[in-house]
Amino acid sequence: MQMIIASRLVDGRVVFMDAEAGWPVSIDDGVLLDTEEDTERLLVVAEKAVQNCEIVDPYPIEVVVENGERRPAEVREAIRAFGPSVRTDQLVESE
Amino acid sequence: MYRYDEFDDKLVGERVEQFRRQVERRLAGELSEDQFKPLRLMNGLYMQLHAYMLRVNVPYGSLSSKQMRAFAHIARTYDKGFGHFTTRQNIQYNWVKLEETPDLLRELADVEVTAIQSSGNCVRNITSDQYAGRAEEELADPRIYCELLRQYSVLHPEFSYLPRKFKIAVTGSPTDRAAVALHDIGLRMHRNDAGEMGFEVLVGGGQGRTPFIAHTIREWLAPEHVLSYVEAILRIYNIFGRRDNINKARIKIIVNQMGIDKYRELVDEEWERIRDGALKLPQEEIDRIDAYFAPPVYETLEDLTTELGALREADTDFDRWMGSNVIAHKIDGYSIVNITLKAPGRVPGDINADDMDAIADLADRYSLGEIRVSHRQNLTLVDVQQRDLHTLWQELDALTLATPNLGQLTDIICCPGLDYCNLANARSIPLADDINQHFLDVDHLALVGDLTVNISGCMNACGHHHVGNIGILGVDKRGKEYFQLTLGGSSDEGASLGDRLGRGLPQEEVPGAIEAIVDCYLEVREDGERFLDAYRRVGIEPFKDAVYGTADNKEVA
Repeated sequence: MQMIIASRLVDGRVVFMDAEAGWPVSIDDGVLLDTEEDTERLLVVAEKAVQNCEIVDPYPIEVVVENGERRPAEVREAIRAFGPSVRTDQLVESE
Repeated sequence: MYRYDEFDDKLVGERVEQFRRQVERRLAGELSEDQFKPLRLMNGLYMQLHAYMLRVNVPYGSLSSKQMRAFAHIARTYDKGFGHFTTRQNIQYNWVKLEETPDLLRELADVEVTAIQSSGNCVRNITSDQYAGRAEEELADPRIYCELLRQYSVLHPEFSYLPRKFKIAVTGSPTDRAAVALHDIGLRMHRNDAGEMGFEVLVGGGQGRTPFIAHTIREWLAPEHVLSYVEAILRIYNIFGRRDNINKARIKIIVNQMGIDKYRELVDEEWERIRDGALKLPQEEIDRIDAYFAPPVYETLEDLTTELGALREADTDFDRWMGSNVIAHKIDGYSIVNITLKAPGRVPGDINADDMDAIADLADRYSLGEIRVSHRQNLTLVDVQQRDLHTLWQELDALTLATPNLGQLTDIICCPGLDYCNLANARSIPLADDINQHFLDVDHLALVGDLTVNISGCMNACGHHHVGNIGILGVDKRGKEYFQLTLGGSSDEGASLGDRLGRGLPQEEVPGAIEAIVDCYLEVREDGERFLDAYRRVGIEPFKDAVYGTADNKEVA
């Protein structure tokens, strides 16, 4: 399955496209895409969000769902989704 | 230290307001990301994996305590309470917001700090020796020429859109702590046969995917010509440097393709044309800048080495710290104190806002209010009276900033890696910590002695892996993080690139591999021989056998 990931323009935060073309920060709130056609269709919608200065650099990522939990297949995208694997205590405190 | 004059103030202030308007236009949709990107990069603002990252210049690695406190304030107000010192003596903030960046830059400008040209295809922060002006063996203070070059290169209209970024480093000491041979231009101060002070000029060094040690383009250059000669080098690069391929755009590629003799010929031809023009430095101008770096008024003190010896004998921890982190000063009764930002559980180069404030206070109380940043991502107090060393050590120890590992195996250079960086292939920070946790015995580390370990999370080599005595490069191998080891690299006056040891290793095997390398070194070393010297003497084979055994030596990932 795939999701659309991007960076929010105002602060660079990682966001995921949801079913209403919104951009929440949690991977759990994004929309899962079953087909290539769905991904291509939503990338067109994402491009409008780029034009509207909501986000930059949207692209699709592979996502694995196990026991109801979503996790990007690639290490890089998992780090984007869940944050750095270091300084986790300080980063959580500062949210 | 250099202080802004009215021109600096005006220029920096105008630049902040210019960037404020650019940000407003971007947020209003008047600029696309493609249009905005080069503008934000010229102001040090990157988009990384999780947020915008702002790189702030620390010119030639020199900071006042006031500026360090401003860094702490920025960390608390605009970031998540910490910053990261880099191998180019800068500080990076990993969590800034685009909309807040102009205000952040305004606050930095108030303490005479900028992010101008900390990114982009232009002349970056001029770097130098962290002991400049204080080292016992130094011939001349390089900061005067760093500052002249800074003023010359900031917002230079001809060199604001070079083929690629451009890095200059200057050292005034025969001991090279500024890695000048790994820079686009390296300037090494020395005396010619007539006894006159000048510069050996090196060109075309660099790391990244195609590493090169720089060539000497001129054996000796009079200080009055430093700007004109640098301009000639830059102009030839601007004309001949490749703009069609980002991987071949650095000056090192053109110098090595063309050959140093041809490059020299072109530079000299251009230099002859401009050398006695507007860029020839009048002695009064050199003197004017020199005055900013005049030595502080030192007290007349006796050398306290003997008295300190008694304290060292009474306290093993103090003794270790003195032996590792405290360096001789050119003035009797004073010492240079290094604070390594490397310890188990600590991200190399990272520092919390509270620690920044604490170090600023220590600098004020014990070191005339100045702090230096080294390219090995550590901090230095350069004017500490020997009679204060024990008290200072106690205060640093209370802050857990007295790790006695300067230049040792755990004093690791480490890029942000895949935890933060858009370009990285592998995480370097967790590996640095694994190594730190593996080598906890400080006496063993002291026994091993000088041994640099440098980690990069990708071939762009921000962690200087090519020139680590042990270099570690993170690679992506079919979706998994692996690490390739190199041995024998060095960034000092005998600079060399490391040799690849063998196939890449998964993260969990790297600390053990380093232990095998260290054990092999201890076995082969002769009296007082550093790791690097032993490696150069015996070659790579014993180390290959130690890490891989003899069976799969030849296998290369």
